[in-house]
Amino acid sequence: MSKADQSAPRPPVEEVPPLTRRTFVKAGMTVAGAAYAAALGYPLYRYLSSPAENAAVLAAVKEITLADADKLPREAALMFKFAGRPALLLHHADDTWTALTAVCTHLGCTVQFDKDRKAIYCACHGGMYDPKTGANISGPPPKPLTKYVAQVLPGKVVITRA
Amino acid sequence: MPDLKKIGAAVYGWLNERLDLEPALAHARAKTVPVHKHTFWYYWGGISLCLFLVQVVTGILLMVYFRPGPDAYASVREITYEIHFGWLIRSIHAWAANLMVAAVFIHMFSVFFMKAYQKPREFGWWTGLALLGICMVFGFSGYLLPMDELSFFATKVGLSIPGVIPGMEKIIADVVRAGPEVNSFTVQRFFALHVVVLPLLFIPLLAFHLFLVQKHGNAVPPSERLKPQAQRKSIPFFPNFALKDLAVWLIVVNVLALLAAFFPWQLGPQADILKAAPIGIHPEWYFMSQFELLKVIGRILPGVSGEIAGIGLFTVGMVLWALIPFYDTETAGGRRARRATYFGLLMLLAMVALTVYGYFDLK
Repeated sequence: MSKADQSAPRPPVEEVPPLTRRTFVKAGMTVAGAAYAAALGYPLYRYLSSPAENAAVLAAVKEITLADADKLPREAALMFKFAGRPALLLHHADDTWTALTAVCTHLGCTVQFDKDRKAIYCACHGGMYDPKTGANISGPPPKPLTKYVAQVLPGKVVITRA
Repeated sequence: MPDLKKIGAAVYGWLNERLDLEPALAHARAKTVPVHKHTFWYYWGGISLCLFLVQVVTGILLMVYFRPGPDAYASVREITYEIHFGWLIRSIHAWAANLMVAAVFIHMFSVFFMKAYQKPREFGWWTGLALLGICMVFGFSGYLLPMDELSFFATKVGLSIPGVIPGMEKIIADVVRAGPEVNSFTVQRFFALHVVVLPLLFIPLLAFHLFLVQKHGNAVPPSERLKPQAQRKSIPFFPNFALKDLAVWLIVVNVLALLAAFFPWQLGPQADILKAAPIGIHPEWYFMSQFELLKVIGRILPGVSGEIAGIGLFTVGMVLWALIPFYDTETAGGRRARRATYFGLLMLLAMVALTVYGYFDLK
């Protein structure tokens, strides 16, 4: 800095405490520690989350084919896996078909088709759904069951997302 | 910002009133570590401990996906090639196992040459030897778990060595191998041994071993014991030595990470009972000297008698090794002390020579 600069009027500068060796080392240790934690934590998290990640890939499935499902008798239900989770295929008395997720919207139990009550029933807390639409008709379920599209073809049933 | 020191003092006060921490802390504060030209060797027990902790953590992580029994190979294949970072966890576990055995051996020999087995530290020596023994069984049982070609034959050969002792073959087949050949039941029981039985033995023994180190402090080598008290130097354990220890642990973890990342542990083809043993197959390096001893004696004395002579010689050596505190006592000194040192040198030399020779002797 030249003398001319020093003589020139300067605005008041806020006092910055000098960088001591102690603060420098402390900051360095904190950064190094954080880097270590990240270097250990990231692989650990990914390692443990691998199956969930694979399930997420599976959940992206858009269509599956159920061979011979067209032979399902009337007033009967078939359990199948769609995108890694349980689902129901229903053949109604009037020869219409419905495909629904079988995961109860209340607390995630797997539901079943109740022939006598002509309803989808959840044994955990007594939730009931309409077997044709999946609408929640009684009990605790807050939402209807998600419907899929069931396409009945000779020798197979193709299920797709609605 | 809240005053962390005040909160810390309050928490400590609350705990101290209930748990009476003061004596333990006073002990820790008063603890010192001798400083002399052999201080370097004091780190090896700590390094072994560090590697053991790595084994506990990575072992638990591997257990998350490993399936003992018929699925063993498939599950290790998944861990190695499909699960994110599974190869890394497995490599760290395998590398740390090898480094741990090496560190324990270095620790043992340094203790031997410092004569740290002398009164009052005999139990430190014996628990240490027992820990090394368990450590080798950890290595042997863990080696089978992937059930690839190498693990299959290593276990097959390893189990048939004690089988030459009359009457042992049937016991090993019945109780250890679960059949005439290594099979999925062997993996299942080796797994139980590896993750339940051995830790149950190892951890209390290790706790006792560490307690003894706290009780007796570090032994100093004979050269240092001759010096008058005023000339001996030491540093406080807290924080001086503990921080150095921690720095060494950091180096160990870094070395481990580098080894695992750049030399990942391989998985061979699946074990197949109908396949011939691969050419050049050999035991892990820490079993090489024992294996080579049997091989060399077998050449001089062919047949079962040679095997038994080899096992006998090895057993005698181990017994003498374990009983050294009785032979070379604190008061002995002189010729006895020198002989003990020569015995140690002989064992070290024999182990290194047989190991090196073993690798040249593969063909």
